[in-house]
Amino acid sequence: MEIFLQQIINGLVQGSVYALVALGYTMVYGILGLINFAHGEVVMIGAMLALSALTSLLGMGAPPALALLLSIGLAMLGCMVLGYSIERIAYRPLRHAPRLAPLITAIGVSIVLQNLAMMIWGREYHSFPQMIANHSHTFGGAIINDIQIIVFVLALAIMAGLMVVVHRTRLGRAMRAVAENQHAAQLMGVDINRVISITFMLGSALAAVAGMMISASYGLAHYYMGFLLGLKAFTAAVLGGIGNLRGAMLGGLLLGLIESLGAGYIGDFTGGFFGSNYQDVFAFFVLIIVLVFRPSGLLGERLAERA
Amino acid sequence: MKHTTIFSKMKFKPNPRSLLIALTIALLLLPFITDALLGRGWVRIVDFAMLYIMLALGLNIVVGYAGLLDLGYIAFFAVGAYCYALTGSPHLALAFPVAFPDGVHLSFWIVLPLAALLAGGFGVLLGAPTLRLRGDYLAIVTLGFGEIIRIFLNNLNAPINLTNGPQGISRIDAVNVAGAPLSATQNILGISFPSVHLYYYLFLAFTALVIFVSQRLEKSRIGRAWMAIREDEIAASAMGINTRDLKLLAFAMGAMFGGASGALFAGFQGFVSPESFSLMESIMVLCMVVLGGMGNIAGVILGGILLAVLPEVLRHSVVPMQQALFGKIIVDPESLRMLLFGGALIVMMLYRPAGLLPSRVRRRELGSDEVAEKA
Amino acid sequence: MTHTPSLLQLSSVSKQFGGLSALSDVSLHIRRGEIYGLIGPNGAGKTTLFNVITGLYQPSAGEFQFNGTHYQTAKPHVLAQAGIARTFQNIRLFANLTALENVMIGRHVRTRAGVFGALLRNRATRDEEHAIAERARKLLHYVGISKPAQTLAKHLSYGEQRRLEIARALATDPQLLALDEPAAGMNATETASLKKLLKTIRDGGITVLLIEHDVKLIMGLCDRVAVLDYGKKIAEDVPEGVRKDPAVIAAYLGGGDD
Repeated sequence: MEIFLQQIINGLVQGSVYALVALGYTMVYGILGLINFAHGEVVMIGAMLALSALTSLLGMGAPPALALLLSIGLAMLGCMVLGYSIERIAYRPLRHAPRLAPLITAIGVSIVLQNLAMMIWGREYHSFPQMIANHSHTFGGAIINDIQIIVFVLALAIMAGLMVVVHRTRLGRAMRAVAENQHAAQLMGVDINRVISITFMLGSALAAVAGMMISASYGLAHYYMGFLLGLKAFTAAVLGGIGNLRGAMLGGLLLGLIESLGAGYIGDFTGGFFGSNYQDVFAFFVLIIVLVFRPSGLLGERLAERA
Repeated sequence: MKHTTIFSKMKFKPNPRSLLIALTIALLLLPFITDALLGRGWVRIVDFAMLYIMLALGLNIVVGYAGLLDLGYIAFFAVGAYCYALTGSPHLALAFPVAFPDGVHLSFWIVLPLAALLAGGFGVLLGAPTLRLRGDYLAIVTLGFGEIIRIFLNNLNAPINLTNGPQGISRIDAVNVAGAPLSATQNILGISFPSVHLYYYLFLAFTALVIFVSQRLEKSRIGRAWMAIREDEIAASAMGINTRDLKLLAFAMGAMFGGASGALFAGFQGFVSPESFSLMESIMVLCMVVLGGMGNIAGVILGGILLAVLPEVLRHSVVPMQQALFGKIIVDPESLRMLLFGGALIVMMLYRPAGLLPSRVRRRELGSDEVAEKA
Repeated sequence: MTHTPSLLQLSSVSKQFGGLSALSDVSLHIRRGEIYGLIGPNGAGKTTLFNVITGLYQPSAGEFQFNGTHYQTAKPHVLAQAGIARTFQNIRLFANLTALENVMIGRHVRTRAGVFGALLRNRATRDEEHAIAERARKLLHYVGISKPAQTLAKHLSYGEQRRLEIARALATDPQLLALDEPAAGMNATETASLKKLLKTIRDGGITVLLIEHDVKLIMGLCDRVAVLDYGKKIAEDVPEGVRKDPAVIAAYLGGGDD
């Protein structure tokens, strides 16, 4: 029972990060109908930027709280510029090109970002500086530490904030209008290019925060971390119903739970044949199962080829 | 632009047959020439280039003809490679000492079709649920599949040692042709053929076969239907094309080519490990297809040659250049290569989506316009 | 040939998108050998109806009968096989293929060669390929495309692209040729020759369903006309009758200039 509770806690924390990244996929998909393959790499860049800034700020003797805030801000800014540039350079010129074209440029962007990151930050793992005493709390026999609590609460707060932006502001209304019908939105005077740019920047800012959270909770960052994370977050978005914001959040949390419970119990179920080293496989099977049985996801609408 | 002129000159050569004969002779002499001019190591590089061309031509059916983005193509290559690694090496003796005390040693020529079928089967399993959805899903599912296969290959060494994990499987039997193993130097008609030369001819024959199959498919009812799907899936289905079945066919055929190439790879190298089947390899093969020109056989071959030789060129130029300039290595050739690949994908799509070589149709159209003007 | 006089019969077809009703309870029948027109103001549901008949949309309720077979949900390729061919309002040719290849692809559904045929290129396959190309050339000529058959579809003029779509549809040997605004964007000369072409096609024994914005074209060409407004059929008659129908007049006056 304690193991079960522990896996639930781990899964929810991990899942809240997946949800943040999944939101980036789903927002872009909702508006452009495009899978932004490079999104996982934006998360990675965010983590690396934040980590570099944090290390050098702490090295300069900045107080930890200030250093943390500054480095998050810097990472968000950097990722917003990155997200904006990716859309301008690799997607916008191809908006009316055959479908395959932006997919291929997206792959190109991922490869470029990954290798640039490797050149800048090297192949090694970078560790997250220990800044605050990371207290552990026991909770019904399971352990939860401060970082996990912060990550989970912050992720929920950001998601709530995003919902407010999308449903209560002019910008959010414009975003929803563009997602619903680009042509009509344009006729109504919405500047589509601006809305698309802002969507990419918003998604990238979320990615930066998610990147920081991931590296804080694992204590590590690495140039290759964006790939699997991106794949899983995409799975989360599909599980929830791609294009649907609530779906991305639900999908993220669910995928986190599935992974952590799966990894915790797969040994018992298969008589020890498969171990927790297969953890990364679950997301993929979830993706296949969803695509077979409910391609529209849990909260999504019908997802057939648009005419 | 240079390619265009060479190509148009080739087109108006009075006798294409003599050109073909000259090309065949050049290809037959190539390993000896390479050996004499550049050394034996380069013959090996040429062998690998041929493997890549086979892979690229297989992927071309999927991406170039049917317009489906397969980002895990190397996984089918892996399936084929491990298929032969397991059934043509002593390895299985570790897992099943009683049943196979010496491992399994099936003939390569029996395993080859099985490897192709197995890879094709995986293709169907993967394609059936995804191909009824939009193309992007196929891309991401294949991407995931490529990773999953690697995770399994890395971890299926315990509790039963099937794949030997990250260490990979070694001592794979060489390919035998007419009873002679290609791993040893053979004397034929008084000429001595080293192993790399022998494999070159084997690969040359297979490449020719793949080109033949691609060409026949391209100019057939099936090929036209694939291209219709690539151009406009809705219009294709309105014309009575069963898009799902035909996409599945393209996907499975591409996978079969990948599987067959994988078996060849395992026999040639005598060793396989999960490292050879990373995402980057999939990207590299995709790059070959995109660079040369999707759907264009000559272009894909050109792309394959360029990209297979590029790493060697980089290794021989970038490292000494940096040593000379900075006294140390700042950018390692491997990441520079990947950076170039990624950049090439973006630049090609933005500025030259039809690839380096002008496509068949374009050429034909230019030709026919000229004829029309003369008339 | 079956003895039923109607080739296509719709019974109470409805189609909803989300909460919006694009078609409600539409019934109509198209007789063999006629040119049947479908008009209505913008957003009246013409294209939706068209997409239901050609299998792109599944009706929310109701069914239709084509050539004696009932369909409720059917994939586009099944209906093409059954004998319904279509063109698209915003031309959907295979842009990077040649004019000839576009029409040859239309023959797909009436030919058989598979992978083995392609690889072996045996007698039967060669004969079939030859017949496909021959037929495609004839159709290009029939619809009046004078440019070389090897021209890429995207390099044809606008009017020729529309004609190429018709040739491609005819290549499927349809019993019903459904045209979605074929005269859109055409000038007066092009429209006049299109009109001639459609009459020739009808005289060749193919039933034609025509959706048009251009009311004049419809009135001058069609044997019978149905009018849609807000997803409902408000009239179905010979052109003269429709012209005088008060409901139609009201719909068009209320609906603006088209």
